[in-house]
Amino acid sequence: MADNVANPAVADGLAVAGVTAVPATAAVPAGPTVPSSLELYRTMRFIRRFEERAIDLVRAGEIFSGIHPCIGQEAVAAGACAALAPDDIVLSSHRGHGHLLAKGSDPGRVMAEMAGRVTGIDKGRGGSFHPSDFTAGVYNATGTVGHGAGIAAGIAWAAAKAGEPKVVLSFFGDGAVTQGALLEGFNLAGLWQLPVVYICENNRYATTLPVETAVAGTITGRGEAFGIPSSVVDGQDAEVVHEAVAEAVARARSGGGPSLLEMRTYRYHGHHTFEMLVRLRYRDQAEVNAWKERDPLDIQAARIDAAAKDRVDAEVELELDEVVRFAVDSPRPDPADAMDHYYADGFRPRPGVSL
Amino acid sequence: MPKLSYLKALNRALGDEMDRDESVFVLGEDVNFALTNVTAGFLKRFGPDRVVEVPLTEQGFTNFATGAAMAGRRPVIEFQIPFLLLLVFEQITNQANKFLMMSGGQRSVPVTYLMPAAGWRAGWGAQHSDQPYSMFAHMGVKTVLPATPTDAYGLLTTAIRDDDPVVFFGPLASLSVREIVDYADLAPIPLGSGRVHRPGTDVTVVALGHLVHEALAVAEELADEASVEVWDPRSVYPFDWAGLAESVAKTGRLVVFDDSNRSCGMGAEILATAAEEMRLVAPPKRVTRPDGAIVGAVPELDEVLQPTRPQLAEAVRSVLKSPGW
Ligand SMILES: Cc1ncc(C[n+]2csc(CCOP(=O)(O)OP(=O)(O)O)c2C)c(N)n1
Ligand SMILES: [Mg+2]
Repeated sequence: MADNVANPAVADGLAVAGVTAVPATAAVPAGPTVPSSLELYRTMRFIRRFEERAIDLVRAGEIFSGIHPCIGQEAVAAGACAALAPDDIVLSSHRGHGHLLAKGSDPGRVMAEMAGRVTGIDKGRGGSFHPSDFTAGVYNATGTVGHGAGIAAGIAWAAAKAGEPKVVLSFFGDGAVTQGALLEGFNLAGLWQLPVVYICENNRYATTLPVETAVAGTITGRGEAFGIPSSVVDGQDAEVVHEAVAEAVARARSGGGPSLLEMRTYRYHGHHTFEMLVRLRYRDQAEVNAWKERDPLDIQAARIDAAAKDRVDAEVELELDEVVRFAVDSPRPDPADAMDHYYADGFRPRPGVSL
Repeated sequence: MPKLSYLKALNRALGDEMDRDESVFVLGEDVNFALTNVTAGFLKRFGPDRVVEVPLTEQGFTNFATGAAMAGRRPVIEFQIPFLLLLVFEQITNQANKFLMMSGGQRSVPVTYLMPAAGWRAGWGAQHSDQPYSMFAHMGVKTVLPATPTDAYGLLTTAIRDDDPVVFFGPLASLSVREIVDYADLAPIPLGSGRVHRPGTDVTVVALGHLVHEALAVAEELADEASVEVWDPRSVYPFDWAGLAESVAKTGRLVVFDDSNRSCGMGAEILATAAEEMRLVAPPKRVTRPDGAIVGAVPELDEVLQPTRPQLAEAVRSVLKSPGW
């Protein structure tokens, strides 16, 4: 499962994108190429079908936690991560599978992680909710909504001090913008002009809570208050997302400091797969339908050749068969290892009973 | 007679208190749609001034509740996930709980922090399965951990009526428990009063939260070997030390079954106080989570990170066999 099927930018090797005003001592990083329309389509198609296959595994009891599906929001992950270089860093959220795949995580190992297998990117210890994958530059996906913003600032600060021309992309939802810790992170990033691109995926709801009943002022106003260039972006169009993120990444990489991009998007499914069991009527079907009219995959498919689309769709199915097979066939962890990785020095805490 | 579930008991206790006392209101995330069922039917019944849907602003709304309490209201905050109590640990322990003393007794802060799903959530990842009641006891915040629907009703009622901050832990694993009750029998239960769930004469098993039900099953399994008393403190702070002493005076032997981490957990406090102050004829034991346990990643791993029935049975046998100090 080593081929980065979900990220053509990684799979194809990279050219310098001309956004590299880096310290003279640092190596010029490989910047991303501008992805082709087909590549963006492929990434999105992969993410959608990956999530649908994951939901099958939730139903089958293989993914015990259930998942927070990102179906409907694929253009944000695909467009944003295509603007990154391989050494750039992503901080994800609880709705993070798309971010991982678009950043180049091995999809079989991501699925194995979600299914709690030892072959998973975190050996099954992160699960669907808190995955990280340092091989792909995905450092964290905190369960504490909004608390990745400060972590992103710290990573960006350390990289900048080390003279590494890295950019940190920090994803969070509309629910995070009312969290004090997020604003504290913005302040540090703005104060020290750190190379962070904050991406708010405004899918209009935090669980059942509509954004307009939760947020005073605006989301972009929160960035502007800290002197951070902030804008609203059509999150259903992967090419628009890519362009906006590429500009923010270029600014960050050239020492121009952080940006905040509010992606207007929508999740088609429930907050979490438990909503398949518990009907919660917090949004109108008419609203869901209206958003589906602007489906990100349809928008992108209209830009590519129909035969190429069919070929990609078929390839994605074959790859996902292999992803699912790999995940399901992988071994489960041994209970004897339950306290592995607790401490860096291998220190083993006492068990819960002495007999 | 009706069957009362744990969640329905919480719903009923909170609703009854909101009916009884205008100053009581509930705030929390997804309370309008009653995601946890605790506030089911409330928006219609009490309106948006008393069912307050809040943004994801835990530190802010916990302080907000302190303010409302200082100004004469009795807020009940519903939290979704145990780690959120860690996020607001400062707001509860340092702001709300110290205020009466800091104001020289001028104003108390009657807030109830309701965590209706504490403990293990299988597979939900390491950040979702904590059980931090011992930490609140350590900081001296009144803390309750009822195991049954009747006790949940009684202790939530008392928590809301109490003039101090009270943290209420409803163990996730207890939420499925149902009891046949007569609603007329539901009544407040004082803080710091324990309960004998099963009388016995050979050994006292102190079981906390959902482990009460596990301990009762073990006591039944061991019925041919020993007479096990299952005692539930119901509040971890204040603690019914006199009730425990009475049980231990009868049995002389003690095992604690506690879902806290071992080091500095409630189990440690119970063993220490029993050793200091009670007449134990043999060294006591505790069955807990390991030191610093991180629970929640994978069910296979989690099962060895939480106290189990076989461990309790073995600990009971070992304490019974012990020749003494
Ligand atoms: C600080 C915090 N509060 C509450 C929760 C529980 N919770 C998990 S996800 C979520 C909704 C998040 O909404 P949003 O940020 O908009 O992201 P989305 O789920 O829409 O992708 C909530 C309330 C949490 N994990 N962390
Ligand atoms: Mg949202």
